[in-house]
Amino acid sequence: MNPLEITDAALTLGGRILWSGLNLTVKPGEFVAVLGANGSGKTSLLRAILGQLPLDSGEIRVHGRPVTRGDRAIGYIPQQRIMPAGTALRGRDLVGLGVDGHKWGLPLPSRERRARIDELVAAVGAESYANLPVGVLSGGEQQRLRVGQALASHPSLLLCDEPLSSLDLHHQRGVAELIDEGLHERGTGVVFVTHDINPVLDMTDTVLYLANGRFTSGPPEEVLTSEVLSDLYGTPVEVIRSGERVFVAGIPEFPRHEVTS
Amino acid sequence: MSDFWGSIFNFSDYGQLLGLVGNSLVAGAVLGIVGGLIGVFVMQRDMAFAVHGISELSFAGAAAALLFGANVVAGSLVGSLLAATLIGVLGSRARDRNSIIGVLMPFGLGLGILFLALYPGRSGNRFGLLTGQILSVDIPQLGSLIVISLVVLVALLVIWRPLVFDSIDPDVAAARGVPARTLSIVFMVLLGLMVAVSVQIIGALLVLALLVTPAAAALRVSSSPVAVPFLAMAFGFVSAVGGILLAIGGSLPISPYVTSISFVIYLVCRLVGRVRGGRLRRQVVAA
Repeated sequence: MNPLEITDAALTLGGRILWSGLNLTVKPGEFVAVLGANGSGKTSLLRAILGQLPLDSGEIRVHGRPVTRGDRAIGYIPQQRIMPAGTALRGRDLVGLGVDGHKWGLPLPSRERRARIDELVAAVGAESYANLPVGVLSGGEQQRLRVGQALASHPSLLLCDEPLSSLDLHHQRGVAELIDEGLHERGTGVVFVTHDINPVLDMTDTVLYLANGRFTSGPPEEVLTSEVLSDLYGTPVEVIRSGERVFVAGIPEFPRHEVTS
Repeated sequence: MSDFWGSIFNFSDYGQLLGLVGNSLVAGAVLGIVGGLIGVFVMQRDMAFAVHGISELSFAGAAAALLFGANVVAGSLVGSLLAATLIGVLGSRARDRNSIIGVLMPFGLGLGILFLALYPGRSGNRFGLLTGQILSVDIPQLGSLIVISLVVLVALLVIWRPLVFDSIDPDVAAARGVPARTLSIVFMVLLGLMVAVSVQIIGALLVLALLVTPAAAALRVSSSPVAVPFLAMAFGFVSAVGGILLAIGGSLPISPYVTSISFVIYLVCRLVGRVRGGRLRRQVVAA
């Protein structure tokens, strides 16, 4: 069963068409990078998959089922956010929220719960700082724990909303590899929203590029070319390849105000 | 000079006095414990200002009840639930919330002062609502304060996990299907109830000393999601009960005792927290 199937989906926000006629299938083990300028509807796509924004038309199925809020088949990794120093949470508790944070009542300690958290902490290599307050951890350490948190429900689909932004290059690479790790064995599909493809270029199977209410998708070497992107934006855009890295130059500034979630 | 200290600390006939305030002590203990607990969420959700805003409307409600001869606890409840719901519904975002509170607070305080000015009764009662009057609350009312606190306690325990999730990690909580909006309104109602209870005991102006200071102190010395609530409850208990015990011998209101104890606890926790902070940084470097 495919982790994600989007059929002929359209979404308007504030009277503006973010995208329409969108088709996307994410197969088990597939890594899809979603690119596009600010306001092109990348985050809104994730929110639609999470059931937080209703589509205007079309359908989204997660693991064969129509979207519902809080689907356990989805793991979600957000952007790193600053945890104030006075946050009553240690690294392992952040992972614990992913295990049972949505249930009612008190988080009563149990051997099973502890073992599950230990297992997830070990899976993301966070043993050495799992007992420290999240407020003192670095961005890279927090994001590693977030990967563990997202994997807690054995998701068949991982949604990542710019999880690498505000990390330094070294940590970007580490966290990206962690997300990619075991994808194929687990059969998890990944939808990875990012403004910079480079840290995940070699693991990306498919690029979905959103711009101006339109989109294009395909393998990165086919989509990330000057012709395709110039056509998408309707203005000359240059794609420069330098070694292993790709740069896109000349993207027009979005004329309307940025749509934030 | 001995008169001065005698009016602050006076323990003659202490045993006899203690018997008279037994019920107030129980109410203070329950308020200290539940207030400390809800304070942890007040801190995590960044709502200290909301507590202050709600307490001023609670004061207005209580003052209105005093003027019209109604039940003061009921008036206080109406005022604080009204404020809590308004803030909860209109101010889901921090900036909206702060401006709504900033608008409501002086309005509530103004109304309260108006009602008090119109109230023909003894002036001692008037300022009790602002600065605390637990020893003048009668026994049926004390009972209702205790019951309200226990209701808040049970409700908090039921919504504990999703409330922690939503307070600390709202994006992921929403993705996991935690009903953020419902939780936030339920929390505001619980907070409103707790504020109404606190206004009766410590006074509208000093509510923060029991609903914010103990939790703020606890967060200085621990990051454990288990230790922080327990410490906050212990600090709240010591402040409330300790304040009443010190106050009953003298002729002064209890509030200054409660606020001073809770402030001293906070200071000590800051000092301990500094030492702990240094140790944590070394651990992080080592990790």
